[in-house]
Amino acid sequence: MSAFAETHDHFAGSNKLFISVWVWLLLLTSFEVFLGYIHLSVVLMLVILMGASIVKAALIVAYFMHLRFERLNLVLTIVPALVICICLLLIFFPDSFRARELRYNGPPSAGESR
Amino acid sequence: MAAEADVLVDDWGGGVHPYRVGHRKLGMWLFIMSDSLTFSALLIGYAYVRASNVWPTPFKFYPSIVFSSVMTLVLLSSSLTMVMAVSASAHGKKSKARTWIILTALLGATFIILHSIEWSHLMAEGLRPFQLPQEWIERWPGSTPLFGATFFGITGMHMFHVFTGCIYLFVVAARVKNLKHEDIEISGLYWHFVDLVWMFVFPMIYLLSIDPKK
Repeated sequence: MSAFAETHDHFAGSNKLFISVWVWLLLLTSFEVFLGYIHLSVVLMLVILMGASIVKAALIVAYFMHLRFERLNLVLTIVPALVICICLLLIFFPDSFRARELRYNGPPSAGESR
Repeated sequence: MAAEADVLVDDWGGGVHPYRVGHRKLGMWLFIMSDSLTFSALLIGYAYVRASNVWPTPFKFYPSIVFSSVMTLVLLSSSLTMVMAVSASAHGKKSKARTWIILTALLGATFIILHSIEWSHLMAEGLRPFQLPQEWIERWPGSTPLFGATFFGITGMHMFHVFTGCIYLFVVAARVKNLKHEDIEISGLYWHFVDLVWMFVFPMIYLLSIDPKK
């Protein structure tokens, strides 16, 4: 039990490391805002923004939430399950393209009265 | 080489402490997992209605985007102060940790105030959960009124989490002397998660809806 308590209170990571992670997060955010300023196409913008956001999320989880310094068991319990569940949620997404086609885009019909 | 193998055995061995974290911390991690699925579902639902509709892109770079970037800066800085609190607590400096935690909660409160100002601007323009301002309907004909529903729904859900987090942090700050280090670390986990969610909400809601006309 004492060995457990000892490793338990162990705290890895220096303040210098955390400040540099914070600076990286700020840099990535300002990069994203800059992309918004120069206006790219929506799809390109979405891909780059999601890429940058995933990097930022990984930095927060690994260093601020300390997951990098936890046991591999905990990491493997949390991360793969989440990634798979989120991918499963995305299964419905392509249906939105069909829903767009279902919309009536022609002129209003003659019989329509308002 | 032998030492490396020992580390692996230690990591995988498990024994009676497979995760080497307390039950509260494991509970918080499980809560964070379920909560991140809630937010993923909200954001994917938003992407779904956005892709299947004409979507207004009303946010001007100034003031809306500059304003929300400042909000992002505030939230990111609050994460840094929370890390400092956990670090101080790990070194046994409880009163220093309390100062950092209070600072974190105050930054969170600043975020809520800034966000409320942003909301009130949009509501003054005429945006409602199921109704667009007349000006937007003329500019983007046939656009869906669901813009308001997704905007207020997602940012409101996030703001609710920040609000809850502020209360949580004030309680932790008040009781810091009676709490173990791990309890402070757990409040940090929650706070960083709220920050993490904003890292997805900010680009998807704000940066993808910038008005192309300057």
